[in-house]
Amino acid sequence: MTALLEARNLTRHFRLARDGLFGPRPVLHAVDGVDLAIAPGEALGLVGESGCGKSTLARLLARLLDPTWGQVFLDGRDITRDSAARFARTAQRRAIQMVFQDPAESLDPLMTAFELIAEPARLLSGPMPRTALRGRVEDAAGAAGLAADLLARLPHQLSEGQRARVGIARALVVGPRLLVLDEPASALDVSVQASVLRLLDRLRREQGVALLFVSHDLNVVRLLCQRIAVMYLGQIVETGPAADIWENPKHPYTRALLSAVPRLPGDGAPPVTLEGEPQGPVDPPPSRCRLAGRCFMEQPRCRTEAPELRNLACGRAVRCHFVE
Amino acid sequence: MNALLSVRGLGVDFETGDGPVHVLENVSLDIAPGEITGIIGESGSGKSVMAFAVMGILDPAARITGGDILFRGESLLAMDPRRRDGWRGREAAIIFQNPRAALNPIRRVGDQIGDVIARHDRPPAHALRGRVEDALRRVGIPDPARRARAWPFELSGGQCQRISIAMALACRPGLLIADEPTTGLDVTTQAAIIALIRALARENGTAVALITHDLALAAATCDRLAIMHAGHVVETAPAPTILAAPRHPYTRALLASAPALAGSINELQPIPGRLPDLRRADLPPCRFAERCPRRIARCDAPGPLGLHEAAPRHLLACRNPP
Repeated sequence: MTALLEARNLTRHFRLARDGLFGPRPVLHAVDGVDLAIAPGEALGLVGESGCGKSTLARLLARLLDPTWGQVFLDGRDITRDSAARFARTAQRRAIQMVFQDPAESLDPLMTAFELIAEPARLLSGPMPRTALRGRVEDAAGAAGLAADLLARLPHQLSEGQRARVGIARALVVGPRLLVLDEPASALDVSVQASVLRLLDRLRREQGVALLFVSHDLNVVRLLCQRIAVMYLGQIVETGPAADIWENPKHPYTRALLSAVPRLPGDGAPPVTLEGEPQGPVDPPPSRCRLAGRCFMEQPRCRTEAPELRNLACGRAVRCHFVE
Repeated sequence: MNALLSVRGLGVDFETGDGPVHVLENVSLDIAPGEITGIIGESGSGKSVMAFAVMGILDPAARITGGDILFRGESLLAMDPRRRDGWRGREAAIIFQNPRAALNPIRRVGDQIGDVIARHDRPPAHALRGRVEDALRRVGIPDPARRARAWPFELSGGQCQRISIAMALACRPGLLIADEPTTGLDVTTQAAIIALIRALARENGTAVALITHDLALAAATCDRLAIMHAGHVVETAPAPTILAAPRHPYTRALLASAPALAGSINELQPIPGRLPDLRRADLPPCRFAERCPRRIARCDAPGPLGLHEAAPRHLLACRNPP
């Protein structure tokens, strides 16, 4: 099966301010050589801690940000030949839509729900008669579980769950095949979060919309996603089927991350902890594992040779010299 | 049970231009020494307001409408304000959600910890530095002599939270209130901070109130849980009892909506309806009634709804429990 969206060696570096007058400019490796594919109708969870580059990767995959190098393919066609600004004016823009984190912050407070949902349709689908536009907006609102009588309201007149649904309807109105969601549920209360997660799952199953779900909440990713990719300091360190990774994480970072997830007493493996804090993504040494110095499995080789992402059996891949 | 802190029938209103908001009503809760009590609720449930009322740091618009707060049997509401200032910090301390915002950005962290110690314990000047370094060492900060000279902006979020815990516990208070101490921190940092709070509580016999919206975190950390909804405490019990045999319909709904407890996405049940508007004058005695699948006529009968003992150490505020 061909991938809906595929990243090859996708990389984004940010050049920082010079140290002193003549020093070199340090380079922040936000995303470093990521290979990743999303199948049609699949939910892929991208997890990692703050600063690991998962939001930058989400923006690269959504083509909102240009890579330093590497490519993104949509249906096998390279969509990184043009800049992100030019891509925004192509018909393919509609295929990938982004849903942002905090629905209260990402909606214009002076626009009604109807106008907010109609805006992307007007911009991306070209001119259309008023009745057609109204129909599209109502369909998208309905798919997002938003009652039609709420469309006349302003964001502050809606509950937080309803605002989250407006954010999702805005993405759905142009008929996307992939939704990129950056922590869409993290600002929501658990009772509201549950309904948003069920909605996303239903959209995937019934309409075949693929999801790239960026989150630090592994419990949520486990429920919603079929596959998980774990990021650490700009690199993918482990990918595989969600249930397999949840039950049997292999990479030492994934093991530490999963053992930190609060679980019920008596449930789960004994805790695995990492030493200290991440080194930071600025000018990482090229021939050294990025987890070296924190890792409980470390050997001398980890400081002289950076591990590659190796394919294991059953659709799993791990970036570690010592995992079988 | 010998409670260190006992909140008895506490009511708090906030005065607004549109009339009072009934933020807390008839809230009762006991917190025992050496125990970690989780106070769980969604936003707007009043859990932070209760903490602020205990600490005596409520907003000026707040008015206490009834009840009392006892600390070692003494009323905090009747306490002389000057004594209460000394009590705060020496006997009880609070840490907040955003540790970076809770620290003074233009004072070295060691000096900020020193301020607390100097104010409450008045040690001789030459002993102060040692006390500050001890406080930093206790919260697992490596190289405390050097770290004491750091500015808050030089430290990570997790380290800032360690500093505020060091500050809170510098005078070894009997009560520590942790108001969402790990929200906004990464899971691995969260695990370390929670392990630290647990260890310090066990070592010193500190009573800890852990305020959180994260049911899984509370269940994994706390001895007892108190569930709050719309300004009421609806159920309190030992944590394993809440998980295995919850009685209040809201507690059951909350458990059914928690991703950590669900085996698959179809088990995840959203809670229907929303919090009642707490400005209403006609709030029902049970504030969950309008969302509740078990509502019967008795639920709406006038008269206060208090906690009653459903089983030993298990309190419930429900007129039609399952």
